[in-house]
Amino acid sequence: MIRVVVDRAPIDAGAEAAILERGGAGAVATFTGLVRADDGVDVLELEHYPGVTEHALRTLANEASERWHLLAATVVHRVGPMRPGEGIVFVGTAAAHRAAALEACAFLIDRLKTDAPFWKRETRGGTSSWVEARDSDNAAAARWRAEPSG
Amino acid sequence: MKVIYFAWVREQIGVGEEEVSPPGDVATVAALVHWLAARGGGHREALASPERLRAAVDGVFAPLDASIAGAREVALFPPVTGG
Repeated sequence: MIRVVVDRAPIDAGAEAAILERGGAGAVATFTGLVRADDGVDVLELEHYPGVTEHALRTLANEASERWHLLAATVVHRVGPMRPGEGIVFVGTAAAHRAAALEACAFLIDRLKTDAPFWKRETRGGTSSWVEARDSDNAAAARWRAEPSG
Repeated sequence: MKVIYFAWVREQIGVGEEEVSPPGDVATVAALVHWLAARGGGHREALASPERLRAAVDGVFAPLDASIAGAREVALFPPVTGG
């Protein structure tokens, strides 16, 4: 089962994990990305490309499901304004065994960062700026293209 | 065709989307960017450095040398920063 959600509402990571755990898998891996509280950001705002974003996430989830024979994959991404400590993104995978679940989870968050149309804007002390893309994110995504099928 | 802008590209141009009718010799994303930048003002400001831009043609990420022949929607935006 593929579950993709892009929404302004806060992410309930526990509820999302519980859905995956009910599916009869031997292993569930999850990743939650949070707004960092330690670098002075007051508000983080996520803009996206409606329709295209959901399609990109679904394409990645389908690719992960085929490559690692997943029983289920969930990608939930929040958009709009959020505060430090709140969840930005949840990725969860369910598989028969841990290696597939863990690798597919890492694949999804790494590739999501370069393949899905989201843009972050930070506000610190009343001043807003768009977050620059990082080369390290491109490198993390590229390693999943370079490696043979898992 | 419809052109859609995101993030600082949208802010500098001042609109989120617009209908445009480029001439027939504007055949690629890069040519469209060049043609739009020639409007001056916010368009020039946002689109003057194509190497800072990324694009999608009809909802699919595409390089700047991609064709826009028959495209209904071209999106121009900075490198993505989700996750």
